[in-house]
Amino acid sequence: MIAINNAQLLRLAWPEIIVVATALIVMAADFLFLHRFSTHVRFSLAAGLGVLGCAGAIIRILFASEIANIFDGVLISNPLTHLVQIAVLVLTIFTLLLSVDSAFTQHVGEFVLLLLVATTGMMFLAGTQDLLVIFISLELLSLSLYILVAFNKSSAQSWEAALKYFLFGGMSAAFLLFGFSLLYGLSNSTSLPLIAAAIHGPALNPLLVIAIVTTAIGFGFKIAAAPFHFWAPDVYQVAPAPSAAFIASGSKVASFFLFFQVMALGFAGAEGTAVLPNLVRGWVPVLALMATVSMLLGNLVAIRQSSLRRLLAYSAIAHAGYMLLAIVVHTQQSLDALLYYVVTYALATLGAFAVIAVVEQQKGDDQLSNFNGLCRQSPVLSFCLAVFILSLAGIPPLAGFFAKFYLFVTVLNATPGSMGLLWLVVLAIAMSAVSLYYYLRVLKRVYVTPPAVGVAAIRTPLLSQVILIVLAAAVLLLGCAPQLLLRWIEAAVRVSGL
Amino acid sequence: MLAWTIYISFLGATGLLLLPKGSVSSARIFALLTAVVGFSITLTYFLQHRTGEMLTITRVPWVPTLGIEFHLAADGISLTLVLLTGIIAITGILFSWNIEERTKEFFAFYLLLIGAVYGVFLSYDLFLLFVFYEIVIIPKYFLIAIWGSTRREYGAMKLALYSFVGSAMVLIGLIAAFVVAGAKTTSLSQLAQFPFSPHFQMGAFPLVFIGFAILAGMWPFHTWAPTGHVAAPTAASMLLAGVVMKLGAYGCLRVAMVLFPLGLGPWGFHVLALGSWRDVFALLAVIGIIYGALVALVQKDFKFVIGYSSVSHMGFILLGLMTLNQIGISGAVLQMFSHGILAGLLFAVVGRMVYARTHTRDLAALNAMNLHKIIPFAAVTFVIAGMASMGLPGFSGFVAELMILIGVWRAYPLLALCVGLGLIVGVVYVWRAMQKAFFISSGIESAPPNPPLPPITMPERIGAVILIATSVLVGLYPQMLLNIVVPALNSPLFDGLRKGSWQ
Repeated sequence: MIAINNAQLLRLAWPEIIVVATALIVMAADFLFLHRFSTHVRFSLAAGLGVLGCAGAIIRILFASEIANIFDGVLISNPLTHLVQIAVLVLTIFTLLLSVDSAFTQHVGEFVLLLLVATTGMMFLAGTQDLLVIFISLELLSLSLYILVAFNKSSAQSWEAALKYFLFGGMSAAFLLFGFSLLYGLSNSTSLPLIAAAIHGPALNPLLVIAIVTTAIGFGFKIAAAPFHFWAPDVYQVAPAPSAAFIASGSKVASFFLFFQVMALGFAGAEGTAVLPNLVRGWVPVLALMATVSMLLGNLVAIRQSSLRRLLAYSAIAHAGYMLLAIVVHTQQSLDALLYYVVTYALATLGAFAVIAVVEQQKGDDQLSNFNGLCRQSPVLSFCLAVFILSLAGIPPLAGFFAKFYLFVTVLNATPGSMGLLWLVVLAIAMSAVSLYYYLRVLKRVYVTPPAVGVAAIRTPLLSQVILIVLAAAVLLLGCAPQLLLRWIEAAVRVSGL
Repeated sequence: MLAWTIYISFLGATGLLLLPKGSVSSARIFALLTAVVGFSITLTYFLQHRTGEMLTITRVPWVPTLGIEFHLAADGISLTLVLLTGIIAITGILFSWNIEERTKEFFAFYLLLIGAVYGVFLSYDLFLLFVFYEIVIIPKYFLIAIWGSTRREYGAMKLALYSFVGSAMVLIGLIAAFVVAGAKTTSLSQLAQFPFSPHFQMGAFPLVFIGFAILAGMWPFHTWAPTGHVAAPTAASMLLAGVVMKLGAYGCLRVAMVLFPLGLGPWGFHVLALGSWRDVFALLAVIGIIYGALVALVQKDFKFVIGYSSVSHMGFILLGLMTLNQIGISGAVLQMFSHGILAGLLFAVVGRMVYARTHTRDLAALNAMNLHKIIPFAAVTFVIAGMASMGLPGFSGFVAELMILIGVWRAYPLLALCVGLGLIVGVVYVWRAMQKAFFISSGIESAPPNPPLPPITMPERIGAVILIATSVLVGLYPQMLLNIVVPALNSPLFDGLRKGSWQ
């Protein structure tokens, strides 16, 4: 047993501590001083504090980082975890800024607190390879998200969605915990690398098969992959815009990184293969199946949606399918591709939700018909929406295109000399052709359909406008110069040796 | 320098959006200036480089991780098509002088499209080429969906989806080639030198070729073309038929055939007397020629006649490529140029001169108007364009189709006969359309349009003269272009093709 070095533990957890402390300060400040101001002022101040806290954590990570691994991975600190943590923090900052202009609740302090606590959960998720810590931080994240979904107390639908989310989430957590307990039983350890070493063997233990499936179910729920996606459309549709944006962006980044880590590290040796026609049992074919179903279902169902949020939910399922391909091949390069994909995807989705938030505030809801003729009412808003949507569709020169291209290259690269996974790539590319149809339908409403008569111009709050332009510029820039982010990701992945 | 054609178009598009609200005429002039500058850059380059060899214009690393470079280069083939793009861009703007609704946006999308087309023709890196190729789709969609006419949203969506499916096929082929070569580069010349296994090439070639050929309007994947052309506003149909379809043909030649030359070789067995992909595509091209011509023969809508004639003429290009001899392929490149000019002219007459004035494209209705009395300039232009399109000597179409026919005669004597049939039908449908649209039939009550049609404007006259002059110039002195196209075909880039199955 290694002696516990509390000082080191504390030092490594500094960024998380900063975020938690900020969360508490925000809530205290809100309760003590802010409650007599108007909601907008309260939101501005609380979000401002939160942003400062996140920025502080980012600075701490950037400038005082060290490489460490405590207790076989209970707490890990290396460039890769820093990268993911920074990505999550940046997305949280955007979410906080986005919430400033919303008026769905009086409970400002609690909202910001929950957002920051969820961020803490994600940061711990990124920085651990231990089953227990994973489960605890995952629950910390999930519980915060359930409440964030239900935050609009005036909407019964919001409750319904939150309850649905909670019930499905609870069930999937149970599955996950069951899988973890089996893993512990098989390996007598909670550390992912040690588990991999223990379960390594020529034939798959039946218990291990159950562990694989239940773990996949648990994470499949978190990333909204079909067939564990039932919560997503409802949650996306009725959650307050900042919460929905947060679930669709930050939580995706953390969950995908974690999923990759658990599968590639913890189940190393039980991969199997998804190369047709000779499938070998293991977790890879399970995930390949999940990816296939997600791509098909997400894209095909999205065609029929009449609400933009629901459409984004189904497109999120489809994107989860594409991203699962990176986990299916689990090479170093595919981790690069996954991180690039999920970060750029998160930026575009966040932006899309920011647009939705503005439109909803002026027009009531997010029905596609409300976007008719948006370009006459607000050229900037519609241009930004076009950038985000086209990036999701994978049209160059936007970030989504390079993300897809790189992802597909790494998938084929993973089986050198054979085209074994070509079927997955062909399916993914074919499905992105389908996706262009529904994305273009959204843009058709924005640019082609004339607006309803007598609708005033849309007023975009200044802050939202700035966020939108920043996000759109980021999506465009990362598409034109992918190396900016890619170089960083690559270096981090190489150093961490995952 | 030539790279500035791309940048200027994109900058022009951005600049247009920054113009103040309601500035209609300044938007037109701004767009026209941008196009003229782009064309003059090309022309200067053309006059300076008369050899047609491949010259790198810009080359900087872009995504070093995958070996992707921002590599622009031009040889005789791309230069020919860049010239065509410049001419069509200018005349397209001249013929859209009447766009009053959302003028700024129209020209912004237009210049965006032009810039991306320049980009495709000048890219020497496959990734870059693909990026530009996909950028083309979006402005195309909006140009048709916003400013189009008959069933515009349907036509636009169909066009966008066909293009995207085509580019998806190309993407699969390119990624597979990139991965199989294991090369840290997406440079066209370096990938072309990689010895892909014949088995792989047999699979990848048809995938990439069809992917591009969808945009080139190859039968039976041509159905987007007539509906798209008809739905599009005049300038967009001119661009679509004039330049965008050439993107597909260019991709077939530059990417599919250069990258996978062995894919053209014999399979080793015969199915229905077809022994290779080359035979298959040659047959499809000939079907396209005859089918397009026959369908054009029975159209009631004036614009559909031209739309199907494009399918027919594009068949010539694909057939020329499949002859795999120098004269056939040079003829195909020349035909790309020639058809670009002539299709542009025909669509300008139909869309701008006739439809924008009479608001009908129904040949029967037009017949009763006896248009050659009312807008004689349009009638004369159409007669000249029609003659050029039929392939009368003295026009560019004649040289191009003759060269293709000679090439086909060497490669597929039997198909050459069928092509001859297509040519005859070509004469008939042009004649029929001309007669019905402009010259009243005997026994029909003349019904002059009411209110009287506005006269042909100056921009239209200038545009028509530019296009006719270009066609005549190339028709009288084809060496002007052939001098740069032939050396380009003899360059090392086409080595694989020459060694493989060249005849």
